[in-house]
Amino acid sequence: MGSAIRLRSAVALQGRFPVLSGVDLDLDQGRVMVVLGANGAGKTSLLRFLAGLVPIASGRGEVLGADLATSASDVRRRVGLLGHDAGLHDELTPLENLAFALRASRLDPGRALPALDRVGLSGRSVTTTVGQLSAGQRRRVGIALLVARRPQLWLLDEPHASLDEVTRSLVAEVVEEAASGGAAVVASSHEPDLAVPMADVVATMGGGAVLAVVPGGRVGGGHVA
Amino acid sequence: MGEQCSPWFQVVEWVVVMWRDALLIARRDLTIELRSKVGIWQILPFGLMALFLFAFALGPQTELLRTAAPGLFWLAVLFSSILAAQRSLNIEGSAATREANRLLGLDPAGVFLGKAAAMAVELLVLEVVLLVGVMLLFHVTIASWLFVVPALVLPGLGLSAAGVLYGSLAGGASTRSTLLPILVLPVEAPVLIAASKSLSRGFGAVTPDAGRWLVVLAIFAVVYSVLGVALYGPLEES
Repeated sequence: MGSAIRLRSAVALQGRFPVLSGVDLDLDQGRVMVVLGANGAGKTSLLRFLAGLVPIASGRGEVLGADLATSASDVRRRVGLLGHDAGLHDELTPLENLAFALRASRLDPGRALPALDRVGLSGRSVTTTVGQLSAGQRRRVGIALLVARRPQLWLLDEPHASLDEVTRSLVAEVVEEAASGGAAVVASSHEPDLAVPMADVVATMGGGAVLAVVPGGRVGGGHVA
Repeated sequence: MGEQCSPWFQVVEWVVVMWRDALLIARRDLTIELRSKVGIWQILPFGLMALFLFAFALGPQTELLRTAAPGLFWLAVLFSSILAAQRSLNIEGSAATREANRLLGLDPAGVFLGKAAAMAVELLVLEVVLLVGVMLLFHVTIASWLFVVPALVLPGLGLSAAGVLYGSLAGGASTRSTLLPILVLPVEAPVLIAASKSLSRGFGAVTPDAGRWLVVLAIFAVVYSVLGVALYGPLEES
């Protein structure tokens, strides 16, 4: 299995404040990593850094074989990030949002409908504008976007937050499908009970650094960096 | 392989991708505008109200109204274009939406051209409606469509390109709604002058060098389009 993430003493700054202060981290393709930590530990910053949205200030960082210092735009095309806000256009329907994103990514917009169906959205909820959907439904649309785009690296920021039981199970299912299909997944979480069972490895963060990495509970074992 | 990796092939490929992305963005922005109806219910009435107020301020002196009509028409368009630029910026939505779009791999130059094209379409519609308004309120008639058409199209393109570019510049600031007019209005002053002179000729006034003012408008549109293509990506990155 190839390396999906390889960070060595990676530092990232927001202004002059180090949001990541020397992170060492490894993850192979097909593996799931859950990142735990208190608020402000650096979990969201780590995900945005891995997405190529926060520049590397020092150290070394490779994501999907591309150097974050020189090829961040290449990295962005190949990762999928689901944040607290799914980043959708409220005036467009879920179907239009997905079709737009797929066309922009040079992918077949025909993937949109099956992806929405996969996350349990069909009928009127597909053709209603996103602004009229509930928070949970919007989250599902965000997940559907990842399912449709099939990125090589999934970055999920607290994917279980504010979701009902059914949608939480759905998150676990699509993460397992993505990892089984060869994608790497990094998910931050405040809910170890839900997140650790789906992880090969569990990293704990604090003060912008990875403090510990231990095996998770995913069947198939863990690869500890 | 040598043929495919040649610089010319790469340039052609970039141009194709840029225009493809521009079309995608323009279609998205116009769809969102049609749904939200902000243009119809806010920007258009604002432009018409400005025209009404200008007409009331000048009073019922027909000759004065006719003389001032081109300049006041373009002032109304200019102020409305600030709202349109703000709106174009807001279509990108929250910071999360902007980041999500950056992850899609869209060509930044294409995004700029698409947003500018969508805004230009909106401005052209606004200009046509305001033109009818100015004809009714300021007692002017069209003497030469040859000057009126380019005097509407060229400033629309220039104002859109400048509006989207400066919108991106102000986009990261928390004070963007107040910052944008301060940035845009001074640089758009040449458009106000040139467009007013050209439109005067279209309304039948004797305006020497009206053709040259059209050239100024074309240069403004080209310069800001090129600047936008070159700078929109770095501005969004920063």
